[in-house]
Amino acid sequence: MLSFIGRSVIQKIVTLFFVSIVSFLIIHMAPGKPSQVDPLNPKFTPEMVERFRKEFHLDKPLYTQYFYFYHDLFTGKTVSWKDNQPVLAKIFERFLNSLPLFIVGTILTWTLSFPVGIRSALHRGGLYDRSATFFSYLFISIPGFFFAYILIIFVVNSFHVPVIGMETFGLESLSWQRMFMDRIWHLLIPSILGATGGIAVLSRYVRSQMLEVEGQDYVRTAKAKGLTAEQVHYKHALRNALLPFVTMFGLILPGLIGGSVIIESIFSWPGMGRMAYEAILARDYPIILTVNFISAVLVLGGTFVSDLLYMVVDPRIRL
Amino acid sequence: MENNKSNIDMELETPVVGQVKSRKRELLRLLKENKLAFIGLIIFVIFFITALLGLLLTSGKEPVFDPSMVRLQEKLLPPLASPHLESLRPHEVPKTGVYVFGTDDLGRDVFARMLQGAWVSLTVGFVAVGIAVLVGLFMGGIAGYFGQKYIGLDHIIVVLLFSTGATLSLTGKSFTGFIVIVIDLAFVFSLALIRWKSRKSRYFKWLDLLRKKTLSIDTLIMRVVDIMLCFPSFFLILTVVALLPASIYNIMIVIGLTSWMGTTRFVRAEFLSLREQDFVTAARALGVNDYRIIFRHMIPNAIAPVLVSATIGIATAILTEAGLSFLGFGVPPPNATWGNILSDGKRFIFDAPWLTFIPGFAILLVVLSFNLFGEGLRDIMNPKLRERH
Repeated sequence: MLSFIGRSVIQKIVTLFFVSIVSFLIIHMAPGKPSQVDPLNPKFTPEMVERFRKEFHLDKPLYTQYFYFYHDLFTGKTVSWKDNQPVLAKIFERFLNSLPLFIVGTILTWTLSFPVGIRSALHRGGLYDRSATFFSYLFISIPGFFFAYILIIFVVNSFHVPVIGMETFGLESLSWQRMFMDRIWHLLIPSILGATGGIAVLSRYVRSQMLEVEGQDYVRTAKAKGLTAEQVHYKHALRNALLPFVTMFGLILPGLIGGSVIIESIFSWPGMGRMAYEAILARDYPIILTVNFISAVLVLGGTFVSDLLYMVVDPRIRL
Repeated sequence: MENNKSNIDMELETPVVGQVKSRKRELLRLLKENKLAFIGLIIFVIFFITALLGLLLTSGKEPVFDPSMVRLQEKLLPPLASPHLESLRPHEVPKTGVYVFGTDDLGRDVFARMLQGAWVSLTVGFVAVGIAVLVGLFMGGIAGYFGQKYIGLDHIIVVLLFSTGATLSLTGKSFTGFIVIVIDLAFVFSLALIRWKSRKSRYFKWLDLLRKKTLSIDTLIMRVVDIMLCFPSFFLILTVVALLPASIYNIMIVIGLTSWMGTTRFVRAEFLSLREQDFVTAARALGVNDYRIIFRHMIPNAIAPVLVSATIGIATAILTEAGLSFLGFGVPPPNATWGNILSDGKRFIFDAPWLTFIPGFAILLVVLSFNLFGEGLRDIMNPKLRERH
């Protein structure tokens, strides 16, 4: 166990090192210079550009820049090129905004997909199963931005509530109930949007896992010895079907960053995805690289956690 | 002799062809049973034909439907509206007589733009997935077949020298780069020469150090896959596309090069299990060389599931392209794609909802058909999931 943890941590650190190199190279090898972001701005005289390049070590060779960047990152001194704010503080602020979206979305996904998937599996081939299958394909296939507009039109026309942004501007004088409801409405639509794809995929997965387990011999034995349907399905089958999902808890971590770019920019939600998008537009390399680094850490951490969880729940696995 | 051989070939081939045919027929029968997959196939074929027609009708000097013709007096007309004939010159009148899908804010015919966009979506999907499948087959095949081989220190030195030389010559210092590459080539030749001339000589004992095993090919390729999987894919695509000059080819290449990891893992696993099968052992015992084993014996056995997941990959690629176009990083104007028709139309969502809904539903329908068809094929080919009657 300990040796597995040690080996895996070392391996992940090596991977992380290479990820940092690759992302740095991708960003810096791309055509165009960050110092030329705004060539039409009259304030950007050649002297300014020169000062800019000096300030952020852009005149140094690439490996020196790499060293400077990650040195700054680990000492927490990285600053955004656009407004000279510390990157970590900026990201943390946006992270707090994204967090409610992520939490509500995850809760919706994990609470809804299990009942849907299990019911489909138990009534295989029936009307419920077929319509659930069709709707999950529909939700996998629908472009997120298009679905967002359908939902916005629907909600705005039928409930007359504003949904864009994190809260309605100028409501400070109202009672706290009204403000609370306002926040809920603003939170709900983007969370539902973020969750639909997840529900569709996860419920299909639950269904196929459940079907596989239901075909096993021990389930037939349980049925044959006269147990009630509830006991067969929920005690013998479901418990075994749940195994792979334990590991997926680790894999939802990276969802904190990726995948929210489009939704956050439609809803003007000042979260991490939107910040990353704005940073890409402004060629704000420190923010892009830091976001990338953090998400790589989350991916690696997530796989690590899921490996550990698998070892805990499945005694057959000995790594 | 020649005649004899072809006779044997025929004898060998006839039953095989018969079996293939019946397997195809079996596949078609199962496909017809799976209604959703069959509908998906039909929509997919219709989409394919539409896209080809779209390419023919909207390109060239004098296209039948001109997707970029601006008629400002005709802007934001609803679908099936007839054009104001008195204010248009004859060649500006749409060939269909009415604006089938309406017009956008510049008075361009949305029907023509949708036709053009169909071709864009199709090519982006197919080329991106084609790249991903090729890279995945290549990497996965090498990892699965040659994975147990080790990379020596000399290989690393050669590759490192070569890449330094290439980078140097590409970044302006062409002379230094050239010299490094020459040194590299000299290194390769001298190593080969020494090995060939004096294999047993004791003066070259130190050369064994260069042949020290470092890491296996399998480890190397799988670590590269791990590294690639660390990047959040949409964010990575967005970054690269935003930094590169806007062009449709860049988008295809970038989507392709960021989505080969699944195929690689799958092909590797498949190759590892196929390697141990008797027919591969038999082929090896007959002295068939590695490449023939790979291309004639192993790839045909591993390709079907790869192609199935490629179908679903095409759906994902189309969605990604639409998302990029929506964010403004897609195919540059005046070329129309479904994503940027929708993105342009979203400003008029309450006045001209057709600008949002027509491309939205088109994307939905096509992606849905690919998903249904791909998943249906996967179910059909998986005997475990086949229904028992």
